[in-house]
Amino acid sequence: MNPLQSIHGWGRFPVIEAKGVAPLDMSGVKVAVQDHGVGGMIARGLGRSYGDSSLAKFVVETRYLNHILDFDSDTGMVTCNAGISLATLLEVFVPKGWFLPVTPGTKHITLGGAVASDVHGKNHHVSGCFCKYVECIELLTGPDNVLHCSRTSHPELFHASCGGMGLTGIILSVTLRLKPVSSAYIDQQTIKVSNLSEVLALFEANHAATYSVAWIDSLATGSALGRSLLMTGEHSSGNMLAGPDKHPITIPADMPSSLLNRFSIKLFNSLYYNRITKKEVKKRVHYEPFFYPLDGIQHWNRLYGKNGFTQYQFVISKEAGQEGMNRILKEIAASGKGSFLAVLKAFGKQNSNYLSFPLEGYTLALDFKIEEGLFPLLEHLDAMVLDYGGRIYLTKDVRMSEKTFRQSYPRWQEFQAIREQYGTIGIFSSYQSRRLGLDT
Amino acid sequence: MKKILIIGATSAIAEATARRYAKKGSKLYLIARNGERLATLATDLKIRGASSVDTALLDVNERGSQGPVLEQATKTLGLIDVALIAHGTLGDQKGCEQDAEKALLEFETNAVSTLALLTRLATIFEKQHAGTIAVISSVAGDRGRPSNYVYGTAKAAITTFCEGLQARLFKSGVHVLIIKPGLVATPMTEGLSLPAMLVAEPDLVARDIVRAIEKRTDTLYTPWFWKYIMAIIIHIPTALFKKANL
Repeated sequence: MNPLQSIHGWGRFPVIEAKGVAPLDMSGVKVAVQDHGVGGMIARGLGRSYGDSSLAKFVVETRYLNHILDFDSDTGMVTCNAGISLATLLEVFVPKGWFLPVTPGTKHITLGGAVASDVHGKNHHVSGCFCKYVECIELLTGPDNVLHCSRTSHPELFHASCGGMGLTGIILSVTLRLKPVSSAYIDQQTIKVSNLSEVLALFEANHAATYSVAWIDSLATGSALGRSLLMTGEHSSGNMLAGPDKHPITIPADMPSSLLNRFSIKLFNSLYYNRITKKEVKKRVHYEPFFYPLDGIQHWNRLYGKNGFTQYQFVISKEAGQEGMNRILKEIAASGKGSFLAVLKAFGKQNSNYLSFPLEGYTLALDFKIEEGLFPLLEHLDAMVLDYGGRIYLTKDVRMSEKTFRQSYPRWQEFQAIREQYGTIGIFSSYQSRRLGLDT
Repeated sequence: MKKILIIGATSAIAEATARRYAKKGSKLYLIARNGERLATLATDLKIRGASSVDTALLDVNERGSQGPVLEQATKTLGLIDVALIAHGTLGDQKGCEQDAEKALLEFETNAVSTLALLTRLATIFEKQHAGTIAVISSVAGDRGRPSNYVYGTAKAAITTFCEGLQARLFKSGVHVLIIKPGLVATPMTEGLSLPAMLVAEPDLVARDIVRAIEKRTDTLYTPWFWKYIMAIIIHIPTALFKKANL
């Protein structure tokens, strides 16, 4: 058992003292769970969820559970221990012609984390969430209880665990269907868009694109409200599975948080928007810069200073679309607290996992440094999001109220009933689950 | 296609090194104590690209078993390009201070077993007239410190033994690499409060090891800055060193 250590999520807020153990194999996990007994513990991978969902007084760290257990080179079906990172999967399988069926904006997350967050990516509108491609998981719900969960075996537990934030137990292994590709490159198209209605129309027009996302200047106002760069991408067809070996640069220490203020951010956003002078640019790029631009900067979370930051990601329904996004963006721009480029994306239909975030509509993610007056602003935004039939992404959340959660995740009671049935309430819990009233 | 023999194969540094060799399509022979973890690792390495992976169980302290296991490895691999000895325990220094038997057991695991393995491997490699014997020693062997001198003593023994081997086997064209890692984030150091700035990931150490084997380096400090840290530490006058709580 490790001594007390300070841990935090990717947003570096809050920072808590926790005990941890990093088992070497499945029996080690059982021992850890057995020894700890009751009192609340949570599995923790690479600590990339932004808020408090991987925080508990006792954490079971999965970093040594990083082995590939099985791979079928005909079907692309791969089984791995849950602590393996998506980065490793890409490193091993892209040269063999396989890609992740869904990937979020960083590859430095674990497979277990990807399942527990049911992560989404730039192809959600056509491909859905990560767990759609998960065949089955091995889930430890207690020291003597490891269950094989799939759509046919313990299906309700499977659907609760996909997007279940680790609250149904510790995911030990995952079987995932990879997607065949013939190239490590992406044919990228960047379109410069001058306002919100244009970008929403373009998402609609580009519905057939495999990948689409927009970087939006959240500080632009008036007629420029919603100006953005829309990027679409398709896997290239050339036989180029190798890629350049690039080393990321590192933010060595905390930056003074005053460095990020409305003027510096306005300037940055303006430069970013105007780096493209033509209306449309087409380019073939490696998958790394296309999917993981920020992975090129190690510890970029230090840019927000020692008090940390939060990423506010919400979705609103398609019907609310332009009007809702318009009002929320105005509110953010007026607050002056907007962040570096915000990310806008059109989601496809919601799935049947109890706590999965995406639903058909538009999602926006923005970073805010933790400062006075931020939480009241976010409370205010929450109310608007709820009005527009939306909700907040649990993987990013650090402050949503229990009431907001219950209203926006209407299946929470079914989720709790399954946890009740398998006896994981109070055993597997996080700071977040307590805040949201799922554990006490 | 290189043929690689690894003893203590489930240790974090060995595992990371094996993965690098697997990626290059090497033929691997892995020796470790825990059969379940060894089997998991073997599958992992095969999928990662190793052209073949064979395994054998061995508790290095059962010295009588060392010979037959190595013989089997030699039979399977034929000519061995690289033998990496990576097993070890950090032990409980405080416990060892109070219990001679405990201290000697630590020495047995970290030094005696390794010296026996090195002796056997030296004979094999001397006949081959080629290849690299790489051994994980430690910066802890460069100077005895109150916090881990039992471990340090074992590593010092390995280092000195290997210095002799280096000169002996040089004549046969065999390369002996002494690896001195600093602080590495592994299950062995799990639970220690280490200065985060100085702790390296096993994969970084593995990268250095593979490179040092290719370049036929004699002594590798990894990460590189430990060479300078240790240069300072071994030159601190004893009168001062005793007072510093290292």
